[in-house]
Amino acid sequence: MEIQKIATREGYGKALLELGRINKNVVVVDADLGDSTKAEYFSREFPERFFTMGIAEQDMIGAAAGLSVSGKIPYASTFAVFSERAFEFVRNIIARNKLNVKICGSHAGITTGEDGKSAQALEDVAIYRSLPNMVVLQPCDSVEAEKMVFALADYKGPSYMRVHRTAYPVIHDKNYKFEMGKGEILRRGKDAVIFASGTMVHESLKAADILKNHNIDIYVVNIHTIKPIDSNLIIDLARKTNCVVTAEDHNIIGGLGSAVAEVLSENYPCLMKRIGMQDKFGESGKPEELYKKYGLDSQSVAEEVRKFIMRK
Amino acid sequence: MAKENFVLKLKQKAKEMRMEIIEVVYKAQSGHPGGSLSEIDMLVALYYYKLKIDPKNPGWNERDRFVLSKGHASPGLYVVLADKGYFPKSELDGFRKTGRMLQGHPELSTPGIDFAGGSLGQGICFAVGIALAGKLDRKNYKVVAMIGDGESQEGAVWEASMSAAFHRLDNFIGILDKNQVQETGKTREIMDIGDVSAKWKAFGWNVIEINGHDMAQNIKALDKAFKLSNGKPTMIISNTIKGKGVSFMELNYKFHGKAPNEEEYKKAISEIEKIDVKKFK
Repeated sequence: MEIQKIATREGYGKALLELGRINKNVVVVDADLGDSTKAEYFSREFPERFFTMGIAEQDMIGAAAGLSVSGKIPYASTFAVFSERAFEFVRNIIARNKLNVKICGSHAGITTGEDGKSAQALEDVAIYRSLPNMVVLQPCDSVEAEKMVFALADYKGPSYMRVHRTAYPVIHDKNYKFEMGKGEILRRGKDAVIFASGTMVHESLKAADILKNHNIDIYVVNIHTIKPIDSNLIIDLARKTNCVVTAEDHNIIGGLGSAVAEVLSENYPCLMKRIGMQDKFGESGKPEELYKKYGLDSQSVAEEVRKFIMRK
Repeated sequence: MAKENFVLKLKQKAKEMRMEIIEVVYKAQSGHPGGSLSEIDMLVALYYYKLKIDPKNPGWNERDRFVLSKGHASPGLYVVLADKGYFPKSELDGFRKTGRMLQGHPELSTPGIDFAGGSLGQGICFAVGIALAGKLDRKNYKVVAMIGDGESQEGAVWEASMSAAFHRLDNFIGILDKNQVQETGKTREIMDIGDVSAKWKAFGWNVIEINGHDMAQNIKALDKAFKLSNGKPTMIISNTIKGKGVSFMELNYKFHGKAPNEEEYKKAISEIEKIDVKKFK
């Protein structure tokens, strides 16, 4: 059976529309990128609850905060990298007051591709994770993105959800139960564990297949909630494998790799390998070519894991 | 005549509040007296005359909202809120002290506070969101956001000026406390904001320009701004003097964010005591 490929941003847009139908308090603020973030689906059916703020991210975030204290549930979406322009607004208005604003950053990571360096957010997880009260989520497929959008409507507090431009296989079925804060074990093994998030979940699953051919069995865990992170699961699987790898389309500084390292260094110190952007910016190109070049494709992941196991 | 007496009463209240501002900042030995003294006449006009509020029910859904975008001028707002009974006056002694309610810059957890300021250019954007919600829900409340002239150097102020006009937020009233001085000097010498009245007009706002220390003008301007419903937000340009009422603080950037010492404190109090409210403007 052919596996469907859908981008997580599609899941975001689709769920937003469905959510809008059942929850009248849901509003959307947009900074002229609704066609890319897919928030436009919502705008077509609910124009009165869709506020175009122009290319003005600070005002968009400030207004979202004002809407939230007035009983609305605002979803504020733009490119992940441009949301960073309003970071200090997010800090001083939203996080500081624990306001119920759902920020969604699309086109995150080098998987954004051809637009190049300026559009490829590689530090968003790091900065949003550093804010008290902030929940940081990254879905690995469109179904998970949909479930997140709904879960966030029920969660009272600020959040940052990171979605992607490129279509990836849909690995969850529609009955999938998304549980905020809990890692999802997708593959069981014994030799190593990869904690992966977003697009890197797919590369890690393929890497697990490659390693299987070399008689290496690894865990692959989907960390959809980067904050609060599932410390128990991380410690447990570190104990079981003594070989911990993280994989993310983000700078290795401050993202998932750092979050896992923080948990392990205080609870179960062990060697780790962080796969991700090695403190570099990306460039223009096809996503799959960029993944190869920067060591994020399944072959590179498999190779890193194999080398790392040898060091054990 | 009744109106004249009422204006006089408000002027007397503003004088009282000036004393309290000095007391609060002196006791804390920290805080921003200059901008508090410039805004206080307008705050008195708002809280004792114009705003539809209920201090016993700070979260009342139908209330008018007041957003102090220039959040550093918190002493001015705190003394008014305490006087209105939002919290006990004894809280004023805890201003800027560890574990106490009245933080250096306002927090939403404090009764009567509608916006947690401290970072300039943010409150006015936040107020746009409240006004959007008010329109969406067909509420009658108004949103009043006070910004500073130094604050007007922040680009976000102009983002909000566009969106408030674009979304036809005639439930939105801006007040520019144009006190001419900012942290390190005169606004026109640091980054001149130019003909700001023409700027707001050009951005699609109604503009009312007044002397913000003249209580009668404050009342008239607020009445007009609250009545206007022509699909445009309204900006009241309130020409003021930073540190107004205390000679050595007036237009003196050194008292933007500095508390008076004992000698200065005594002098300030005695000067305020001598204010003739009938002549004050």
